[in-house]
Amino acid sequence: MKEKLLRAIDKNSKLSPADLSRMFGVTEEEIVTMIKELEDEKVICGYPTLINWEKVEQDERVTAIIEVKVTPQRGQGFDRIAERIYKFDEVADVYLISGNYDLVVILEGKSMREIANFVSDKLSPLEAVLSTSTNFVLKKYKEHGLPLVGEVKQDERMLVTP
Amino acid sequence: MRNPLSKKVVEIKPSGIRKFFDIVSEMKDAISLGVGEPDFDTPWHIREEGIYSLEKGKTFYTSNAGLKELKEEITKYLKRRCQLEYDPAQVLVTVGGSEAIDVGLRAMLDPGDEVLIPEPCYVSYLPCVTLADGVPVTIELKAENEFRLTKQELLDAITDKTKVLIMPFPNNPTGGIMERRDLEDIAEVIIEKDLFVISDEIYSELTYGQDHVSIASLPGMKERTIVINGFSKSYAMTGWRLGYACGPKEIIDQMVKIHQFAIMCAPTTSQYAAVEALRNGDDDVAAMREAYDQRRRYLVTRLNEIGMPCFEPKGAFYVFPCIKDFGMTSDEFATTLLKEQKVAVVPGTAFGDCGEGFLRISYAYSIENLKIALDRIEVFVKGLKK
Repeated sequence: MKEKLLRAIDKNSKLSPADLSRMFGVTEEEIVTMIKELEDEKVICGYPTLINWEKVEQDERVTAIIEVKVTPQRGQGFDRIAERIYKFDEVADVYLISGNYDLVVILEGKSMREIANFVSDKLSPLEAVLSTSTNFVLKKYKEHGLPLVGEVKQDERMLVTP
Repeated sequence: MRNPLSKKVVEIKPSGIRKFFDIVSEMKDAISLGVGEPDFDTPWHIREEGIYSLEKGKTFYTSNAGLKELKEEITKYLKRRCQLEYDPAQVLVTVGGSEAIDVGLRAMLDPGDEVLIPEPCYVSYLPCVTLADGVPVTIELKAENEFRLTKQELLDAITDKTKVLIMPFPNNPTGGIMERRDLEDIAEVIIEKDLFVISDEIYSELTYGQDHVSIASLPGMKERTIVINGFSKSYAMTGWRLGYACGPKEIIDQMVKIHQFAIMCAPTTSQYAAVEALRNGDDDVAAMREAYDQRRRYLVTRLNEIGMPCFEPKGAFYVFPCIKDFGMTSDEFATTLLKEQKVAVVPGTAFGDCGEGFLRISYAYSIENLKIALDRIEVFVKGLKK
């Protein structure tokens, strides 16, 4: 039930406790309690909105995906260096990955210069950072399982069918 | 000039749903809860396989009864999901479940043979029986039985001319299902009276809280049953037009003969896509089933809150609320609801006379759409109660 609830609100965080109670056949109070628990356990970490910023004219933001090679630190592995990186406000996401690099840092900045400055002034000088490779995002196609491009999907079914 | 038309065809009543479709089509910005097909797109990996087959130039006829790989996958699927064991030679791949119904009846009926059809039901059984020179005999299912077919109802309808019983479960339009014990009662009569069954199991993947049971899986029933299923509802593949029939080889062989002369073979692209669906589509089916289940509960709860009582449907994607308390016919209710609140639902009478007093509401819509539509229905019903 918890997993099913999470899947439902993962796709649509606007569903109200009243709607969810009808969808799952439990009381509204049970839904509220369950969500509160999931929030307390940090299973639910927040309720952001998926925005296609490319459509917001005043907003000239640049996204970069930076691959980072680091030296893990004794006793703390990658966690300490990851933390030093993810605490920066500009950093949107940080993942530890397998492959040629250790961390992927997704950065949102106002301009390419701002991102270049972050990499050269903040990221590269960190002692544990061995090397970085910065990739600028040219176009976003899909985020959080939802397509950002293409036409708005219309219901093309006939209105009444047997 | 002579009359160019066949009397038999002219006398067939046009589908009741057609009339309603025409009214709805003229209404701008109506919200429809009237469709009988999934709102999901066919899962991408299945579509992609269809595209790939086209790229590879697989654009020829397949053998009449269908692609060998597909027939094999169908037998594996039926074993896995319905405990049914068939040989690929007992499978006919058809143009949708609809063709299988038509061809099955034509293969089995002689003029005057009676076919029992439980109603309310899908619109094509009755005319298909007539076109096959059979005599349709309807059985009125009752709301108090959750629209199951009972042993007594079946016995009461049987005459010495009865040959075939159509079993449309999970049911469109009621959402009713037949559980194992219900089917056992029916099977007993079928065997005793030496009848055959055409079991339309197109909604078999869409049952909630329990797995679908095929009547053919009961002892002594496989040799008396044509099982009809397909890809439209379970894999959201309506437009691909692909279904199948399985049954005793002697019946399937005759069905293949009709299919071969009338159709040649089912669409090749669709058959390749269907192979992928059966091999790797179980998770998609499960995810869609869960989404339907949430909408089903949402709809049933809200309809009961609004004061449109409905039993809990355990299959397909329809609810069938009763509107007898409002003093209107199904047709009047649906037409007024459409005019006043711009919500389209289908009058129960489109699925047989005994659908009078009921509406078919489909939940093949997103929760957001259901919410808007139900808000409007609530306003409408409150207005009626004043």
